[in-house]
Amino acid sequence: MAEPESFTVELNGFSSRIWKAGSGPKLGFIAGFGGLPRWIPFLDALAKERTIIVPSLPGFPGGERGHTVLDNHLDWVLATHLLLHKAGLDGADLAGSSVGGSLAAEVAAIWASSVRRLALIAPFGLFDDKEPATDPWAQRAPDVPGLLCADPARWEALKAVPEGHNDPEWPIEQTRASEAAARIFWPLGNTKLEKRLPLIEAPTLLLWGEEDRIMPRSYADKFAHGISGKTEIKTIPGAGHLAELDQPDAVAQAILAWTAQP
Amino acid sequence: MKLMWFHLMPYTELPDDFREKNPSVWVDIHSSLFDPRRAHHMYNDFMDELEFAAECGFDAICVNEHHNNGYGLMPSPNLIASALARRTTDTALCVLGNSLALYNPPTRVAEEFAMIDVISGGRLIAGFPVGTPMDTCFAYGQNPSVLRERYLEAHDLVVKAWTEPETFAWNGRFNQQRYVNIWPRPVQKPRPPIWIPGGGSVETWRWCAQMDHVYCYLSYFGYKAGQTTMTGFWEEMKRLGKEPNPYQAGFLQTVGVAETREEAYKLYREPAEYFYGRCLHIDARFANPPGYTSEATLRSGVQGMVSRAAEAASAPPKYADKFATLAREMDGIVDKGYVIIGSPDEVAEQLREVAKNLNVGHLMTLLQFGNMKKDVANYNTQLFAEKVMPQLKDVFSEWEDRWWPQPMPRAERAAPASFQPTALAAD
Repeated sequence: MAEPESFTVELNGFSSRIWKAGSGPKLGFIAGFGGLPRWIPFLDALAKERTIIVPSLPGFPGGERGHTVLDNHLDWVLATHLLLHKAGLDGADLAGSSVGGSLAAEVAAIWASSVRRLALIAPFGLFDDKEPATDPWAQRAPDVPGLLCADPARWEALKAVPEGHNDPEWPIEQTRASEAAARIFWPLGNTKLEKRLPLIEAPTLLLWGEEDRIMPRSYADKFAHGISGKTEIKTIPGAGHLAELDQPDAVAQAILAWTAQP
Repeated sequence: MKLMWFHLMPYTELPDDFREKNPSVWVDIHSSLFDPRRAHHMYNDFMDELEFAAECGFDAICVNEHHNNGYGLMPSPNLIASALARRTTDTALCVLGNSLALYNPPTRVAEEFAMIDVISGGRLIAGFPVGTPMDTCFAYGQNPSVLRERYLEAHDLVVKAWTEPETFAWNGRFNQQRYVNIWPRPVQKPRPPIWIPGGGSVETWRWCAQMDHVYCYLSYFGYKAGQTTMTGFWEEMKRLGKEPNPYQAGFLQTVGVAETREEAYKLYREPAEYFYGRCLHIDARFANPPGYTSEATLRSGVQGMVSRAAEAASAPPKYADKFATLAREMDGIVDKGYVIIGSPDEVAEQLREVAKNLNVGHLMTLLQFGNMKKDVANYNTQLFAEKVMPQLKDVFSEWEDRWWPQPMPRAERAAPASFQPTALAAD
């Protein structure tokens, strides 16, 4: 596993961690529910062909308590745009998962020139009364890993306290990540993104874990239907909501192939 | 000390197999369990019980707010309090309270509380809970990440709406109103006393101390579980150099009194087991929305577990833990101190101990609980008033209660016309 370069940028008075690894054309990734408390194999797979740049959203691991000054959706969208800019991702290809996928879509919609090609993994942002997304916050703790990943061990590995790590801040940071997601998407996950999907002109790949127990597969069609640019839907066998954790190679290959196109 | 009478208004006819067949009494309890025609009688019984407690001489009658809740049928305690204002004369009306972040705009609370204060001639105690996760984040869809900040801003807005004589603009982080100027204004000047029912968070202790509000711990788990919390509050008060006036604190205690302890055990067993078995059957899914508990409070808990593992068992449990290890049968309920039972002398002795140990001058008694029938509730109430209350009135007499309502002099207050329903029932 490659050690990424790590640096921070300032965002609204808080610092945000940026990870960078690999070489080649830049590719940004915004993490999903729970954020990235540690480097994951999926990023290594992307770094084989691209310079992968991973900024931390406010409140998510690496993003300090930056969520506490973001009071509405405009605040979040502006913060994400500024973060991508500071991470050097203007005009680059962009991938986002889950909650991060929703904000990646917002940026592609509102600042069309800031994203070249887009890849979204089961993004939040919509809500269908007939097929409601699962409430990720109203869950008993033992049920959470199996809701977010097809293989619960993947989520547990992401969130496990690092060996020899005795910092009481670790669990607080993980709760904060869930709070930050809630701050954007409580209570239904519906940010009315649907209204802005037609503004997305970037070619958009929609990736969906075949065993996603959070976002119904039908939401992929809604995204594809709403987005103006060319879209393609690809389901990933053996993957849950955070498909990049369950099937790092398959998801990375799909994104690399999509963003390799002119 | 003040003896107060608290009603939760539990639905009294949840089925015997409620726990086995339903995930939760709260948030997603099924509507098929609610029979409005039966609830008609429950509400009227409950209001009779509150009025009876006032007649018996309790210092205050208390109501509170819950939503989507099978053990609390008061989404709006203000409705009940306004009716009680007409049917009582000198008893304080303690609304404990309105969850400020749920009202848009929050001046609605300033208005309704002012109405109750005016109708009652200045008998209102204004309670402001943040509200439980179930009520606020799940039933009312409020964002747990901003709930407390919204609450604090709403508090400041309500206080200003009560006290600022001129029309003003409120340019808040969460609320903007161009013309704040509530009518009516409260009778009590500068404003009704503010009481804060809270959990065990350091921030709330500090805030109550700084604001000079009453801190109340509404524990269903009795004095043994309440000790840690109340000690925490008083330690914070001391740290801030505030005097330990017991009247700056309130505590809820479930009580069952009878001629003998054996009789009390028999009489209150069913309602106690109903309350702890069915009413407090709460799905842990709804207990911990992220952000509801502040990081400082989480941090104290986490560090506590790491550094004080030995003390973990006595630390204030979180909702989820608390409900999982809850005693649901009478022996456990009594042993753990959830319910104090006994003869009047035994109860008085225990409550005196509780008041002294917790340093609490406002004791809120829960004398109707679970599926207790009106005749039993009234028996409990009357026996308490006649034989327990006199033994406790002198406690803390050396302290001044600066947080009690200051009503208009009785001679200046309106006398509601007498109400004779039988005369109207001609048809």
